[in-house]
Amino acid sequence: MTKEEKKVYVNKKGLRLDGRKIDELRPLTIKAGVLKNAKGSCYLTWGQNKVLVSVQGPREVLPKHHSDPLKAIVKFNYRMAAFSVPDRKNPKPGRRDIEISKVCGEALEKAIMLEKFPNTQIEVWAQVLDSNAGSRVAVLTAASVALADAGIPMKDLVTAVAVGRAGGKIILDLNKEEEDAPDAVDMPIALMTSAKEIVLLQMDGLFSKTEWDEAYELAAKALEQIKEKQVQALKEQFLQESMETETKEKIKAEVQ
Amino acid sequence: MQKNVLLELKSEKVLTNLKDSVRTDGRKLDEYRKISIEKGIYQNAEGSAKVTLGDTEVIAGVKLLPGKPYPDSPNEGTISVGTELIPLASPFFESGPPSTDSIELSRVVDRGIRESKAVDFKKLCITEGELVFIGFVDIYAINFDGNLFDASAIAAIAALDQAKIPKIEDEKTVKDEFSGKLKLERKPILSTFAKIGNFLVLDPDLLEETAMQARFSVATTEDNFVSAFQKGLPGSIKKEDVDSAIDTAFKAAKEIRKML
Repeated sequence: MTKEEKKVYVNKKGLRLDGRKIDELRPLTIKAGVLKNAKGSCYLTWGQNKVLVSVQGPREVLPKHHSDPLKAIVKFNYRMAAFSVPDRKNPKPGRRDIEISKVCGEALEKAIMLEKFPNTQIEVWAQVLDSNAGSRVAVLTAASVALADAGIPMKDLVTAVAVGRAGGKIILDLNKEEEDAPDAVDMPIALMTSAKEIVLLQMDGLFSKTEWDEAYELAAKALEQIKEKQVQALKEQFLQESMETETKEKIKAEVQ
Repeated sequence: MQKNVLLELKSEKVLTNLKDSVRTDGRKLDEYRKISIEKGIYQNAEGSAKVTLGDTEVIAGVKLLPGKPYPDSPNEGTISVGTELIPLASPFFESGPPSTDSIELSRVVDRGIRESKAVDFKKLCITEGELVFIGFVDIYAINFDGNLFDASAIAAIAALDQAKIPKIEDEKTVKDEFSGKLKLERKPILSTFAKIGNFLVLDPDLLEETAMQARFSVATTEDNFVSAFQKGLPGSIKKEDVDSAIDTAFKAAKEIRKML
């Protein structure tokens, strides 16, 4: 207990327990188009977090009475693999999984042009394979890449990050150790960055109003970086796809 | 929740009214409906409360039961919040397992108490590493007319405040005997706003909830902290919305806290 309280979350050099600066993200990699059977997909690693997201649809709504004659509905499924946490996670979705699915799905609904696909559902299947704080923002960031990879029209990508406080300092992208600090505050936030529209915002802990301002600024800056990586992943996937089509056409021409 | 066509048609008027700067029921944008809080209404519960927000009515009861502590916090008890949106409260509620709406509601109320450290979990410890109290807060909607978030959160705090702590003998509770009362460290108040068009209105009623694109809740404490955010529904909000929501929430919460 007392040992916990003595931890220095940000040292005199401004470095954190894992050596990061206060405004530094954990290493982030995004790859689009990783699953053959999905309409769109994305594999994202963010520090220790590893998540896989696939998108299906728009397709028929089941059960039928859930359908909306004016627009598509989004079904977001956040699931954690049994081995993705230090203890074994019961694979049955719990209250936390259901709430995360709800808020992430709602965040994406704002971005997707749902009115183009009435009476259909768009399914997002998110599987967390390994986790260390921030899995919901990892999954949401990956999901919007997977949706774009599926060719589903969107007004903007949804980009998410968590900011918070540990040891009295406002820091970016908390890891589990920081999230467990005695004074920890955790604030996942997702924006459509072009118009600075907040589509997901949650916070737990004790924040002053100035700390909220500081946290928002820190998040907004980081989200620009993350979005660049999302766009980069989509560009790479597009390039690869078009190269593959080119080769296929070449082979076809040679055969004929 | 089921949809209601009539309500949806009526709700189209909400935004038109707001543009003429009136709310459908005549309130100001930052005004709560009439609030009443009644405490200690059920004898079998260790703590209980009934909260009304206009026509929205919610009851909460607390049971403190001995149980095992979590291995990583051997000297701390815990709480567990459940909300039931029973068909008794509204023609839009269905029976069956908890809906996603009720799960989100339960978790927001739960975190609001837990993360603001309103209850000192160490005070729920009976024998370190062996026995602690688990506080079950069960909330039932009795009449639904919008903003169950605030009504439920206030009811939970009111029920927990001054809840009787059962006497323990041989690891079991002794019937009708108590060792003291639960003292809350702070009283976080949740304030929920509806974003309708470009307007942010406090304490939406059912008609306004039908018209809203986004819902945003802020919890504030008496020692000037913001202790929770929760944004819901597909609409978006802006940084300025959050800023003004925080200011309004602090003012509104002060008045509600006096009634507790």
